[in-house]
Amino acid sequence: MLVFGFWTTKICNTRNCFNKIVLIALFSLTFHCNGFASIVCPDLKKILTKFDSPSRWFMLGKKCKVPAGARERLKEAIAISEAMSEHAQKQAARYDLLLPEDAGFLEGDEDEDTNTISQADIADAVDITSGSKYFNLHLSQFGPYRLDYSRTGRNLLVGGKKGHVACIDWQTKDLKCEMNVMETVNDVKWLHTEAMFAVAQKRWLYIYDSKGVELHCVKKFNDVLRMQFLPYHFLLATASATGFLQYLDVSIGKEVAAICTKMGRLDVMAQNPHNAVIHLGHPNGTVSLWSPNQKESLVKMLCHRGAVRSLVGKDKIGDTALYMVTSGLDRKLKVYDIRAFKPLHSCFLPAGASCLSLSQRGLLSAATGEIVQVYQNVLGSNPVSKPYMAHRLRGQIWGLAYCPFEDVLGIGHGEGFTSMIVPGAGEPNFDALDTNPYRSHKQRQEWEVKALLEKVQPELIGLDPGQLSKVDQASFEQRHKEQVEALGFDPLAKDKFKPKTKKKGRSSAGAIEKRKRKVAHEDQRDEIRQSVQERTEREKELKEKSNEKKLGNKSTLDRFRK
Amino acid sequence: MQNENLVQISFFNQLMLVHPRKKQNERSEASVQVSEYFVNAEGTGDKVNLSDLLGTVEKTSGASNKTKKQLRNLQSSKETLELPLNKQQTEKIQRGIAYEKTTAEVSCWKNIILQNQKAEQMVFPLNQESSGPKRVEQVVAGWKVQTPLEQEIFRLLHGSRQPVNDPVLTPVEEQSLKAMSLEEAKIRRAELQKARALQSYYEAKAKREKKIKSKKYHKVQNKAKRKDFLKQFDEMVKTNPEGALEELKKMELSRMEERMSLKHQNSGKWAKSKAIMAKYDDSARKAMQEQLQMNKDLTQKMVVPSDDEHESIEEGLETVPDFVNDPETVIDPVNPWMRGQLTHEEPERRTRKRKSLENLKGRGKPASEVVEEDVVEVSDKEEEEDEEEDVSEFNTLFRLMRSEKTPGEEDEEGLLSEGQIRVRSIEDLEVLDEVVEPRAIEEPSAPQTAAAEATSEPPHKKKREINLKEVLTKEAKAVRLPFLPTVVDEEERDEQISIIKEAFAGDDVISDFIKDKSRQEAAGRPAVVDLTLPGWGEWGGVGLKPPRWKRKRFRIKTAPPPPRQDQKLPDVIISEKRTASVASHQVSQLPFPFQNTAQFESSIRTPIGSTWNTQTVVKNMTKPKVVTKLGAIIEPMVKEDFIKSKTTSAGDLVFLSNCPEKINFIIFFCCKP
Repeated sequence: MLVFGFWTTKICNTRNCFNKIVLIALFSLTFHCNGFASIVCPDLKKILTKFDSPSRWFMLGKKCKVPAGARERLKEAIAISEAMSEHAQKQAARYDLLLPEDAGFLEGDEDEDTNTISQADIADAVDITSGSKYFNLHLSQFGPYRLDYSRTGRNLLVGGKKGHVACIDWQTKDLKCEMNVMETVNDVKWLHTEAMFAVAQKRWLYIYDSKGVELHCVKKFNDVLRMQFLPYHFLLATASATGFLQYLDVSIGKEVAAICTKMGRLDVMAQNPHNAVIHLGHPNGTVSLWSPNQKESLVKMLCHRGAVRSLVGKDKIGDTALYMVTSGLDRKLKVYDIRAFKPLHSCFLPAGASCLSLSQRGLLSAATGEIVQVYQNVLGSNPVSKPYMAHRLRGQIWGLAYCPFEDVLGIGHGEGFTSMIVPGAGEPNFDALDTNPYRSHKQRQEWEVKALLEKVQPELIGLDPGQLSKVDQASFEQRHKEQVEALGFDPLAKDKFKPKTKKKGRSSAGAIEKRKRKVAHEDQRDEIRQSVQERTEREKELKEKSNEKKLGNKSTLDRFRK
Repeated sequence: MQNENLVQISFFNQLMLVHPRKKQNERSEASVQVSEYFVNAEGTGDKVNLSDLLGTVEKTSGASNKTKKQLRNLQSSKETLELPLNKQQTEKIQRGIAYEKTTAEVSCWKNIILQNQKAEQMVFPLNQESSGPKRVEQVVAGWKVQTPLEQEIFRLLHGSRQPVNDPVLTPVEEQSLKAMSLEEAKIRRAELQKARALQSYYEAKAKREKKIKSKKYHKVQNKAKRKDFLKQFDEMVKTNPEGALEELKKMELSRMEERMSLKHQNSGKWAKSKAIMAKYDDSARKAMQEQLQMNKDLTQKMVVPSDDEHESIEEGLETVPDFVNDPETVIDPVNPWMRGQLTHEEPERRTRKRKSLENLKGRGKPASEVVEEDVVEVSDKEEEEDEEEDVSEFNTLFRLMRSEKTPGEEDEEGLLSEGQIRVRSIEDLEVLDEVVEPRAIEEPSAPQTAAAEATSEPPHKKKREINLKEVLTKEAKAVRLPFLPTVVDEEERDEQISIIKEAFAGDDVISDFIKDKSRQEAAGRPAVVDLTLPGWGEWGGVGLKPPRWKRKRFRIKTAPPPPRQDQKLPDVIISEKRTASVASHQVSQLPFPFQNTAQFESSIRTPIGSTWNTQTVVKNMTKPKVVTKLGAIIEPMVKEDFIKSKTTSAGDLVFLSNCPEKINFIIFFCCKP
């Protein structure tokens, strides 16, 4: 039997009589600090004093020291900026105590592995609402399914290989739309809101609204196999069977970039949420990183001896490390630190993982054949030895996705869709101004306007997201060269000399040519003139000197001396 | 008559005005005669002398003698007055003065302007009263009595001496004022000031004295101090025996410390250097002796006043041999490394010693004689140090005794070397070291080989670092799956691996990648520009290579690019291309006060957006530099505003705050026009 509780510490201490497992799943109902301000806490003062020295979590870069012989103005500027930044950090740290929720977890009895606990047991043990989050949709007709959760985690989009597309408010099980596009569906993806989603069909990319009305058929995007949506850039990145990586700006409906990767069929794709760089996995075991601004890959790394089957990127909140998890045909699962481009550890999965997904709290789920395994603490430096949870399904697994802000893992497979409870997967505290699962229609509208105003331009995508805050140290020549490349002409170049047309036979071809000769190679001639002048001056000086030596210090008037 | 003349002239002038064309020529003949129109006096054209004028003064009786005298002096003095400066120069000077004045006037604004420039936010109009609720006292203080009725009431109230309004001061303030009157506070403050000043004087003095380098000065100072202390001590014995006892205890403690330490035993660096000098330098010898004396003094047992004075004196004279205080030298056969480090230079020195010994032997004198001679020599030179030498001699002898265990020749050598040691004075440790040496010399070979191994290893490591195959084929930990059938045995796993190897035998992923990487690297390297023209200045033809000098001269090599980012990552290719798209948004020139990019970058590292900050911080960070009130007139700054604030000193306020009624009164009068 199972026990469910909201507050971790209390429940852990008082296990009740069933005492098989303590499951503390947490479905957060708190609002972010921006929404509500005051919480009365008895030892508030203690906490505040604790935060008076901001921890690493809130640190914003390195402090700058005032150099020894600095000018007054410089000292002031540094002092002001330092004070401001410290104030900001402190305030952020202070407000952190308004995020009181902790993530849940699953704990087994002694001699009991958590991965032997079945979903049905968990669903029985937890409360009804949480228990209802474990469910199966038996859709064996149009299988296997791809799926995607909207950013707020409220809506679920499933797309069957054989054309079945449906979007559901999965918590209320309210079906919003359902249709069959009568074509192969390769991938489905929500756009920035729940109002629109993209479906990669057999030939083109289609965009539908939440009622299933076809809004666009984007014929520039053909044979799309995988899609990723970059929410802060409003970019839909697609990888096609022809080896093209294309970016569609959904806010203005334009193709931002189309890159021919020359890597063959692209059916493995992930995004790095830290810097919006797209990762592509290739059959030759490499993973390449792309931005829309560069026609060649930013980074290419050899990860597997066989083809890369699936990969997933992750930025760990509050830490400096960034991770990428890959699995390949060589049946290895590798965890990379994507900042250093170094593998942290790798493990051997007997069946090999065909699908990977990382939750907000860093739980990794891997689909090995018909079984979904969930691993804990994958993103540390220690290799994992056994899964945290496991669940067996009927058909081949086709899609895996964690639901944001919920302890739920969605699995799309040959026999339909399964929602699985994974305690500790979701982030318990959400930013209500960014992604609010409980937002109203009005709030969504407001958010949409704000998000559009704060849209990050695609030019800013690069490996280092902090690039913008650095001083460009390229030389003038380099910058000029780039400018020429970008504009297609040299803005600083002189106009070509055009001789005036003159009358009375003076504009004959020969005369014009002569006049052109006069001004031709002006720069070179200037240079030569200058060098000649210098030389003559030098010679003159030398002559004078030698003359002086010859004559001594005689002046012209000396001849009149007696 | 004259009036008539004038009238005539004016009339004439008017005529002239009427008929301006008819200009009459003036007659200007030189004549001595009186003209009708001009005043003509006798002696015209002559200079008027001072004496002419003063002549009359002498005659007048009314003028005082003093003035007369002064005038006479003036007459006699022949100095002429200086010419006044010309116009340009005077104007220049005036301009200069005017400039200075105006700068002085204007520069009083400087601080305020600077302050305003620095201010994070300026709110106009300036000197606004803060909005929001005010304290009652403030409101009341600003109130003016205007209407006659009010005036009457006010007069009545003050006449009756009843409190007009609530006291301005809070009870706490009043209490504090009562607690200490102004006079008292002043006295107290003065006292404190004096104490502080004295302390600072003493500190300064101590610092100054400490800085003085003269040793003699310090010696004298110390001596004086000691004397002073003794005097005090004597007095203390009489007046305060307990204190004296305490002092005695202290002395005893210091004695103990001295006995424990090696401080004054001629064993330090300084002493050793002096010891070398001692042979030639009197002062060095003296210094050493002094040090030993110091030791003796300090280690002397306190003279306990007793009946038998004789004995106590003898006891005091008795000196403790040095070695008593020496720490026991550990010669551990098991751990000879401790010594090994100290004897790095030893072999050479020993050979030197041996040579000198051989020389001595060569002279054909028995060794003992040499020793004797040396000793005699020394004693001749250092007659004053007899006693101390005895001690040191004893020390060396004792040490040699300890080292006697070494066999025959060594023993002799040791004995012989004694003489040398005597001459060069005490190099105690080395005597001991020599004994241990043979073993110590052998030691270094082992660490050396170890070091060689260590140095030979790194290249291996380097090679290992960039071996791609090893990186990729690194052992991966297999995952144990409990209830699932997919668990594979070790054998099975090996089988699997071999199957995989077979499957991917065709496509060699790694070598492909390496090729790709090397291609990228090659593309990044700048190409050599070859400008050689075959056949120029030499024979040309098929199969002829341009000569070396030509290649050297006409092949231009550009500087190699900075090392690639992926230099140390064998399985990664990082593109070296610059992202020009971001560059167009970046800051390309360092803004003014910053001296380097790091400073600037750190100053903008804090994001201002509400995504990363709390609301208050965002507001604070993005507040406008200038805020104006809608509809309010922004007047230019008035000088009085800030000058007033300067002149009202704290003292005045204290005085006023004693009597709140007075304040009101003053304010009342100030407000009156």
